[in-house]
Amino acid sequence: MHYLICLKQVPDTSEVRIDPETNTLMREGVPSIINPYDAHALEEAIRLKESFGGKVTIICMGPPQAKEALKKAMSFGADRAILLSDRSFAGSDSLATAYILTVAIQKISETDPVDIVLCGKEAIDGDTAQTGPGIAQRLGFPQLTYVIKIREIDQGWITVERKTEGGREVAKAKLPVLLTAEKELNDLSYASLPNMMKASAYDPEVWDIKALPCDPSQMGLKGSPTSVSRIFAPSAKTGGEILDGTKDPTIVAGNVVEKMFQQNMIMVDPLAKGGK
Amino acid sequence: MEKFDVIVVGGGPAGLSAAISAAKAGVRTCVIERGDYPGTKNVMGGVLYTRSTEAVVPEFWKEAPLERPIIEQRYGLISGDEILSMSYRDPAWDQPPYNAHTVLRVKFDRWLAQQAEKAGALIITETVVQDLLYEGDDVVGVRTGRAEGDLGAKVVILAEGVNNFIAQKAGLARPLKSENVAVAVKEVISLPTEKIEDRFCLEPGQGATIELFGESTQGMLGTAFIYTNKDSLSIGVGALIEPLIRAKWTPNDLLDALKAKPYVKRLLQGGEMKEYLAHMIPEGGYNAMPKLYRQGVMVVGDTAMFVNGLHREGSNLAMASGKIAGEVAAQAIKVGDVSEQTLNHYDDRVRDSFIIKDLHKYRKTGDFFEKNPHLFKIYPEIASKAMKMFFTADETPKKEMQKQILKMAMKKRTKRGLLSDMFGAWRAFK
Amino acid sequence: MTVIVDNGKCIGCGACIVECPLEALDLIDGIAVVNPEKCKDNGSCVEVCPTNALALDKPAPSVTEKEQVPVEAGSKKEFNKDEPLPESVQDYAQDNPRKIVKPKEAKPKDPNGWSGVWVVVEYNHGEIAPVSWELMGEGRKLADDLGCELASVVCGNQVDHVITEALAYGAEKVYVIDDPVLEYYRSEPYAEGITKLVQKYKPEIMLMGATAMGRDVFPAVATKMQTGLTADCTVLGIDPDTNLLLQTRPAFGGNIMATILCKKHRPQMATVRPRVMKMPERIEGREGQVIREELGIKEEDVFTKVVEFIKADAKSVFLDKAEIIVAVGLGIGSKKNMSIAEELAEVLGATMAGTRGAVEAGWLSHDYQVGQTGTTVRPKLYISIGISGAIQHLVGMERSDYIIAINNDCDASIFRVANYGIVGDLNEVVPAMTAEMKKRLQFGVAN
Repeated sequence: MHYLICLKQVPDTSEVRIDPETNTLMREGVPSIINPYDAHALEEAIRLKESFGGKVTIICMGPPQAKEALKKAMSFGADRAILLSDRSFAGSDSLATAYILTVAIQKISETDPVDIVLCGKEAIDGDTAQTGPGIAQRLGFPQLTYVIKIREIDQGWITVERKTEGGREVAKAKLPVLLTAEKELNDLSYASLPNMMKASAYDPEVWDIKALPCDPSQMGLKGSPTSVSRIFAPSAKTGGEILDGTKDPTIVAGNVVEKMFQQNMIMVDPLAKGGK
Repeated sequence: MEKFDVIVVGGGPAGLSAAISAAKAGVRTCVIERGDYPGTKNVMGGVLYTRSTEAVVPEFWKEAPLERPIIEQRYGLISGDEILSMSYRDPAWDQPPYNAHTVLRVKFDRWLAQQAEKAGALIITETVVQDLLYEGDDVVGVRTGRAEGDLGAKVVILAEGVNNFIAQKAGLARPLKSENVAVAVKEVISLPTEKIEDRFCLEPGQGATIELFGESTQGMLGTAFIYTNKDSLSIGVGALIEPLIRAKWTPNDLLDALKAKPYVKRLLQGGEMKEYLAHMIPEGGYNAMPKLYRQGVMVVGDTAMFVNGLHREGSNLAMASGKIAGEVAAQAIKVGDVSEQTLNHYDDRVRDSFIIKDLHKYRKTGDFFEKNPHLFKIYPEIASKAMKMFFTADETPKKEMQKQILKMAMKKRTKRGLLSDMFGAWRAFK
Repeated sequence: MTVIVDNGKCIGCGACIVECPLEALDLIDGIAVVNPEKCKDNGSCVEVCPTNALALDKPAPSVTEKEQVPVEAGSKKEFNKDEPLPESVQDYAQDNPRKIVKPKEAKPKDPNGWSGVWVVVEYNHGEIAPVSWELMGEGRKLADDLGCELASVVCGNQVDHVITEALAYGAEKVYVIDDPVLEYYRSEPYAEGITKLVQKYKPEIMLMGATAMGRDVFPAVATKMQTGLTADCTVLGIDPDTNLLLQTRPAFGGNIMATILCKKHRPQMATVRPRVMKMPERIEGREGQVIREELGIKEEDVFTKVVEFIKADAKSVFLDKAEIIVAVGLGIGSKKNMSIAEELAEVLGATMAGTRGAVEAGWLSHDYQVGQTGTTVRPKLYISIGISGAIQHLVGMERSDYIIAINNDCDASIFRVANYGIVGDLNEVVPAMTAEMKKRLQFGVAN
């Protein structure tokens, strides 16, 4: 089995803010990390490899600095890591990114066909959750998104549990397949020292536009249908109303419950209540 | 078990300098760092000295992530809302060969780690060293907290910082005593470049440092500092742990009180806190130094108590000691002898350098200040009051005023007390 | 003379690079860089820059005339707080009630025949996601602004009752694919079916809820159509000059808002966060045109199968999908007191959660921990009981729609993010709330 992970290096979003005075993005000193969902995807691939054998390849599109993320990813116990990095890739939206990653996966598959592509459910800097399904579509693989558990792989079919609003869906798909991982999929394990050393000494391959024959009209800024027209700071959440519930708790509680109804904080299903 | 020639425990300036010099000398070197990457857990005020850094990486200023070259050093005595200050400025210090730069350790250490990698050292992060490995009495490597975590080495250099756990286990250092440790807190406060340059009267790119004494530490033994970075200020305060406990001050409260001083407040105005850091500083000096070597092991940097508190020097002592240790390790390995006698060479070289000479010179100061806690309280007051009287134009004849100043000083400290303080100071600093 | 880039402001979005007719800009390491040899200072890039990171070396007449603000050499055109935000985001940024007053004249039609606003209805396991109807309300406004029709898309097996609902919520047309293969939602046949409708009927705008289903099928459709898709929007609007859909969404973990355009590709597709748009009125018996298409896919050609669906109730729902949460902290004192919170949760149909402290005390399992090391939640209502509000906890819940906090310490940080904070003894306040709630639900005054 050949497992392929699409990994993204992202800024630690908990530390990115917009300066409300100047409306600029404050990125200084924000550390870069492996997108947390991708780490869970990678962890799962390593576990599958341990159970079923095979190899794990990681690809990552990003600037040269993203090599750091790939080196770190190698410490999970992966076999190969490739950085897709070219100036002309920059500025790609999710449609164009999925295209470039797909071209890379197809190239890798020429010599070593991929059975399972694993992506994080979304990247924490963009939260779009579009790249994974976009790749599946282009590769013509069935997709199973928001996976929280892999139940089994048997006779060319994989059975998983998916997280949805209404509950847990058990679904299966025929390999080759693309999965996107939720954090519930696994707990990250602690790499062994030999794996750490291997990773530390590892030099990821770098594929640029020459190594990766992409159609210029489908990638980068020109291949991206969406564009940002404006960014701004969200309205700051101000502290609300403080009520003193020490003297007469019943009345204060009553008032707050009243507000809960007034402001529709509680959803009362119109059908269940007779529709009116 | 994988084997290296040299394992460095800790990826701070001392450890990385050791790794660079060892790797440059051609021995297989590995650095083990507990943080996500070198720099994440490292804290200092933020002054990097040129000479010691240059010795490790020649012409480092051409590519290292430095904040600003320091052209002015200001010293201030704070008393109430008043401040008495003096400064020295040399605009030529913004050119090579520089004297010192401000740095942010997260960036600088990471860069220094890259230099170590370039020199050929392997850096393993997020890994804690738990103990040394022995064969009989000989140290033969380290044990880490990871699975299959043993790693062999001919020489281990301990650059673990102020928390000297491994040095203790190896029988070289004793547990830290609270009187030998200062605690420092620091905030990085973002401020636009132009504002920094205006407020500190700097040309674009230049930097300044301010050291504050007296009430900046509520009269306790310690200092406060404000350093200019590119688009932020580092402000911090450090004091010995014992007096803090006695006076029931937390370092954080000290910092808040400092930030409320009018002089400081104005410098920080409009800034926004980006980072809050706290760190311990080994202030034991010469008298608290551990044994610096044994068979297969050397101790460098903070672990060796190489900090000169009075001159707020530390990173330079760390880097210089690390460099020497790296060189000694490489030599020892090349001749195939890592015995205690050979590594004694490290001790000789460190003693022969400014590192231990400076620590030796100030060996009595700690004791002196400790026995005379009033110094940090009374003298700032006297000095401040004296200057105020001196500058106040109230038609008092100058001769009369001098008398009054003297009288005021005598009231706060007797003639005998003054003399004894001066004598004590002379003995401590000579 | 060339355009100046302020590196501190440039977010590397690339808007300028696409805009520049002379191809004088390039993106290097995520920052726009000007090629001085090609730049002719025409200023088009300055105008499109969303962060005002670009400035002309000297005032260019075209820019100054338009904006009446001379852009001086080197001085960056600072973001002006007084400058009005685009109308569509104004309401959101200021939390004002929406008041768009606009003449409803018919706008020129798209020359290639792309017309109409479509809302894809989410129907699965016998249930319709309410966000589908919320989007009918929002879609109505967009359709009115554009002067075009509003339609629903309904896919599934035996969906006649869904069609009726879609009409009741205001669809002028309902496009339907009713096929046994669509019994359960699966990406491949759904994406195929929707794409077929899009190719045939060419809608200008397509909306769907940003749910597990919407965010699964829309990327597939957008890829098939090779068009742009914006995920998880919270504000939508129509630009009055260009008729483009303004798609505003949080980015970088909600720390910034970004307005996204899809200028040249159609349809313009967006998924929209549930519970943000207002539920429109349902009018029984409204009529409209129903257009049915065949799916044309056989079951044996679909390589995904749904084996089982385990429906969740308030107790078993994934915390990040819960709509009402009652959370406890160490302030409740002991496991015994959990019952006070549980009773309130029971009446509200809420899911229980807790702080790290409460989880470590063994009162709840880790699956129900909110915060940095637990789950980030965004329910409609978050009731916090005995939680002081450490920053690690706040980051996991501060984006809840409404927060009600009960704590005996009036200085607790939780009150900084709460819409309503009650300072008092939780042993008195919470049971009083439970009782009041019971009373109201009993007497049917809920609606």
